[in-house]
Amino acid sequence: MTADNDKKGASRRAFLKGAVAAGSAVAGAGMARAAEPDPLITEVQEWASGLGEGVDATPYGLPIRFESDVVRRNVEWLTADTISSINFTPIHALDGTITPQGCAFERHHSGAIELKKEDYRLMINGLVDKPMIFTYADLERFPRENHVYFCECAANTGMEWAGAQLNGAQFTHGMIHNMEYSGVSLRTLLTEAGMETTGDLSDKWVYVEGADASSNGRSIPMDKALDDVLVAFKANGEALRKEHGYPVRLVVPGWEGNMWVKWLRRIEVMDGPVESREETSKYTDTLADGTSRKWTWVMDAKSVVTSPSPQSPITHGPGPLVITGLAWSGHGAITRVDVSIDGGKNWTQARLAAEGQTKALSRFYLEIDWDGSEMLLQSRAHDETGYVQPTKDQLREIRGENSIYHNNCIQTWWVKENGEAENVEVS
Amino acid sequence: AADAKRIGLGREALPEEIAAWNVDVRPDGTGLPPGSGSVAEGEEAFIAYCAVCHGDFAEGVGNWPKLAGGDGTLADKDPVKTVGSYWPYLSTAWDYVHRSMPFGAAQTLTVDETYAITAYILYSNFLVDDEFVLSNENFLEVEMPNADGFIVDDRAETEYPLFSEPACMENCKESVEITMRAAVLDVTPEDDGAAAAEEAMKETNADTAAD
Repeated sequence: MTADNDKKGASRRAFLKGAVAAGSAVAGAGMARAAEPDPLITEVQEWASGLGEGVDATPYGLPIRFESDVVRRNVEWLTADTISSINFTPIHALDGTITPQGCAFERHHSGAIELKKEDYRLMINGLVDKPMIFTYADLERFPRENHVYFCECAANTGMEWAGAQLNGAQFTHGMIHNMEYSGVSLRTLLTEAGMETTGDLSDKWVYVEGADASSNGRSIPMDKALDDVLVAFKANGEALRKEHGYPVRLVVPGWEGNMWVKWLRRIEVMDGPVESREETSKYTDTLADGTSRKWTWVMDAKSVVTSPSPQSPITHGPGPLVITGLAWSGHGAITRVDVSIDGGKNWTQARLAAEGQTKALSRFYLEIDWDGSEMLLQSRAHDETGYVQPTKDQLREIRGENSIYHNNCIQTWWVKENGEAENVEVS
Repeated sequence: AADAKRIGLGREALPEEIAAWNVDVRPDGTGLPPGSGSVAEGEEAFIAYCAVCHGDFAEGVGNWPKLAGGDGTLADKDPVKTVGSYWPYLSTAWDYVHRSMPFGAAQTLTVDETYAITAYILYSNFLVDDEFVLSNENFLEVEMPNADGFIVDDRAETEYPLFSEPACMENCKESVEITMRAAVLDVTPEDDGAAAAEEAMKETNADTAAD
């Protein structure tokens, strides 16, 4: 135990909540034996006798109220207002890989707009044979594809460049979601506009922009546009949520979330990049010498232990413990995740819940027998290119501390003897 | 390019429709409409439409973006990145102001107002004098101080080989010390939504915000 137990930060609060939830469970090694019969078993409970809700009670359901902490959270001091701002997916409380849309993070530059299908128009113009207008109904008549991909904000973990700052995986790594998208390949739509007159495609670009006031215009090289970019209108089986671009967004597999233009309204084929605000002033990465990288599109391999973590402390005492987390890479599939409980001195290969899918989240598990001593928990992702997730010091050595974006460093959680966890940096 | 058949959906876009939506401006000036505006006209428009957030001299109010200042700070511990100190192209300023500003009332500025406001932002960054008039004719003559400050993503050369070495699995280091703790800062929001941040943190962290 440390003096931190007197602090009333999120970790302490989460810890207390967890401890209460654990109730009178007997902690300790070995098989527990109850002293008295459990009244939850020996007494007939209301739910085993009375009636539950009818099937007409909830035409479209929300999670049960006991899960009310599994919600998006905002960090007020990050941005000047909540309109051009960010919130965070509660990854500390989720499992598997698919992010429920209702708590999947949001990032807007002029707020989440309401655009109905009837009012929706998509324009393709520029260096094409015939500039085109499509309605939403038109889009649903094109051949369709389904793919699962992660969308990670370029700024995910960006507040952690200079040190350990926010205490929770939701805040340090929650600018991410992973959904199954249904839509039309951008290649199909560009073909419809015709590119006979476009000429050599290898030096061409598309500029994509949204219908909102910010527009969020970004330039994408043609080889990516024709490779795996999707114009999506369904996510996780249903229409996109308003805040995720309803009715149509761009899906740019493996690339920084900013380029996943929402409320997509226009695609222009060009012979060069626009160098818009979102690819000059923003989403450029300043290095220690003051020069900046531009067009840092791909999100490199990354992982994080989601539990235990500051918002998901150990409440059951020593014994069997499931260490779990997420790994992903914009370069392809995750092939392996290593976990360390001693701050990176020694590593054990974790178990992937399923074979890694390209540019999608992977879930990993490492089951251990926790002896109740302190741990410095880390995870380290490997992707199919052979890239191994670096430490923060390795990244800072090359980039300095001011690149804001693309922080894919190894995260450390200090798990204390009482089961609380804290975001720390280690030597 | 003729690798697939057309399906026959959609319709041809009309010139008026393309003109309404295709307003992007590129570094070489492509897309700039004819027009002009002076620093003096820009100051008037800026005070009316922009200064409430960006300050009378484009220096920024509170957490709102600074549009001027910060020259020579890009290699500092806390760089101040503005149109003058950071932005490589003037086209971006014109394009962004015209399409997405003022915040909350975008696409309300005329072409001439946009030239004038852009001229005033240049003046606020000491890049032109107070007699300056910006137009589509002289647009490319303006030199942006950080035009050469950007390199194309070089991670494939500078990082990927280094980070693709076989990973150490055992006895990788002798000791491990905790060097930094988030709980010491204590800026994480609490569950009741109360702002846990202190004023000092707002200042120091505004630059590393989500955007």
